[in-house]
Amino acid sequence: MTRDVPPLDSSRNVANTSRHEIQSVPGEALISLHDVHVGFEDREVLQGISFDVAHGETKVLLGETGTGKTLIMKLAAGLIQPDSGRVLVMGHDVSEMPEKELLHFRRSIGFVFQEGALFDSMTVSDNVSFRLREEAMDETEIEERVREALRFVEMEHALEKFPADLSGGMRRRVSIARALVDRPPVVLYDSPTAGLDPVTSQTIITLILRGRDLQDVTALLATHRVQDAFGLANFRFDKASGHVVALGGNGKSGLAQSLAEREEAADGGRERNPTQPTNVLVLRDGKIYFEAPADELLGTKDEYLKKFLASAE
Amino acid sequence: MPEASATSSLTAVLGDVLKRQVAAVQDYTLLTVQAMRCMFSPPYYWLDTLEQMDIVGVGSLPIIIVAGLSIGGVLVLQTAAQFQRFGETALTGDAVSLALVRELGPAVTALLVSGRNASGMASELGSMVVTEQVDAMRALGTDPIRKLMMPRVIATVLMVPLLTVVFDFVGLCGGFLVAYSTLRLGAVQFWTRAINSLDIGDVVQGLTKPVVFGLIIATVGCYCGLRVRGGTQGVGRATTTAVVISSVCALVADFFLSRLLLYLFQ
Repeated sequence: MTRDVPPLDSSRNVANTSRHEIQSVPGEALISLHDVHVGFEDREVLQGISFDVAHGETKVLLGETGTGKTLIMKLAAGLIQPDSGRVLVMGHDVSEMPEKELLHFRRSIGFVFQEGALFDSMTVSDNVSFRLREEAMDETEIEERVREALRFVEMEHALEKFPADLSGGMRRRVSIARALVDRPPVVLYDSPTAGLDPVTSQTIITLILRGRDLQDVTALLATHRVQDAFGLANFRFDKASGHVVALGGNGKSGLAQSLAEREEAADGGRERNPTQPTNVLVLRDGKIYFEAPADELLGTKDEYLKKFLASAE
Repeated sequence: MPEASATSSLTAVLGDVLKRQVAAVQDYTLLTVQAMRCMFSPPYYWLDTLEQMDIVGVGSLPIIIVAGLSIGGVLVLQTAAQFQRFGETALTGDAVSLALVRELGPAVTALLVSGRNASGMASELGSMVVTEQVDAMRALGTDPIRKLMMPRVIATVLMVPLLTVVFDFVGLCGGFLVAYSTLRLGAVQFWTRAINSLDIGDVVQGLTKPVVFGLIIATVGCYCGLRVRGGTQGVGRATTTAVVISSVCALVADFFLSRLLLYLFQ
């Protein structure tokens, strides 16, 4: 299957664009991969991967270890280049962009690494404020933003601690604060719950929900846990009550209700429900094996997907 | 045809090894050129540079002082007997001064700094690579070459010449102490001859070499660290490689620099 590759807007020169000018447009795909191939030595890890992540969407990449989930995250951030194919993020072809422009461009993307990847010689506060200091922001504003970001992940008490003093879950939370501190429109979560116990994993998913529903973040999330996908598809963060609430109370599935609420909001001109659809993409042997809204995965009759679902029980 | 296939496979293996080495040299050169280019455009990380100057300079002082004292003393012990045979013990100051300033000071300082700092740079940066901290830095929009490599290169290039001067001075002090205690050589005689024996060419030689050695130590250390593959085992390998390669390269560069500088100043 071939896809039409949208033309690049040549007027968008990242080097001459300030971070805040790189804005997302509702309705357009913020992340697009077109026939991406990546191989190492004698093995082709990604074999013609193509998908889009729309504005406001959360796309969950599911797959076993070694299927190339992390690779896709790094491709989307321009940290590695594909052997062939194109990777478009917010309309910019990051697979063609020189590193100098990419460095500037990446300031519009949040990236949560698998193990947190916090700078171990810096305190939590310095880790979270790293990007702001690079932008030479005023110290008072930096402190305010850092406290706000750490309060968001409930880690304000750990300001002066070093990463070595934190548990795995706390490090992940600080990493989320670091990714969200500059309020990027796109956040890439690379296995944020890997190696964590179920309770801490749920806390991390709640934080991702909060980021999505309060900050309107478009996200690409790699995970091998099906529960993460369902957590994101079936719950939303309710700003009024300050709690995570389940969707689907009126008999509709979480996704269907979410879409219905969005349509109603659009029709009536009321404030739209912040919850956006969560779609799942399953990778297998370097290819996309399944791509659909999360609740369709539950009704699958495919043997491989059934095995995948069974592993979550 | 087992012999023919064995020969062809050996050729292929040797070819692969050679290609990897050439690729590594090319990669190192490109990284070094990239780092040099960073010097001419902002942003600059002066605080990181000062921190590295403290680590490389102040941190290396104790070993430089101990090594300098010992080598200066040994030089006098080894040469004193020869000078005594000809009744020329007054030349001890000349011999120690010339040997230290021209050759031993820069070379031994480079070897000591390499052992202490090239390994430190490779292991620190290597650990950052395997824990994805370098990727995280890039993802946050910061160039690791500017932020991590440049401060180390500038600090080492500035600190190795200063450490060499300290080494030379401490070496002369060590030489004087041994000359005074074994040859009963007076302070005025030793120091006057030690200073007068040096000309501008010797001083230029003694200060030019450490700049090049500093560049080699820092760039090799950073290169080995930033190109780590294979987890913690890879970090260990990179640390050893950084010390070996930077030491050998400094000594090879020493030969060519000596040849060039002797040609220029003779």
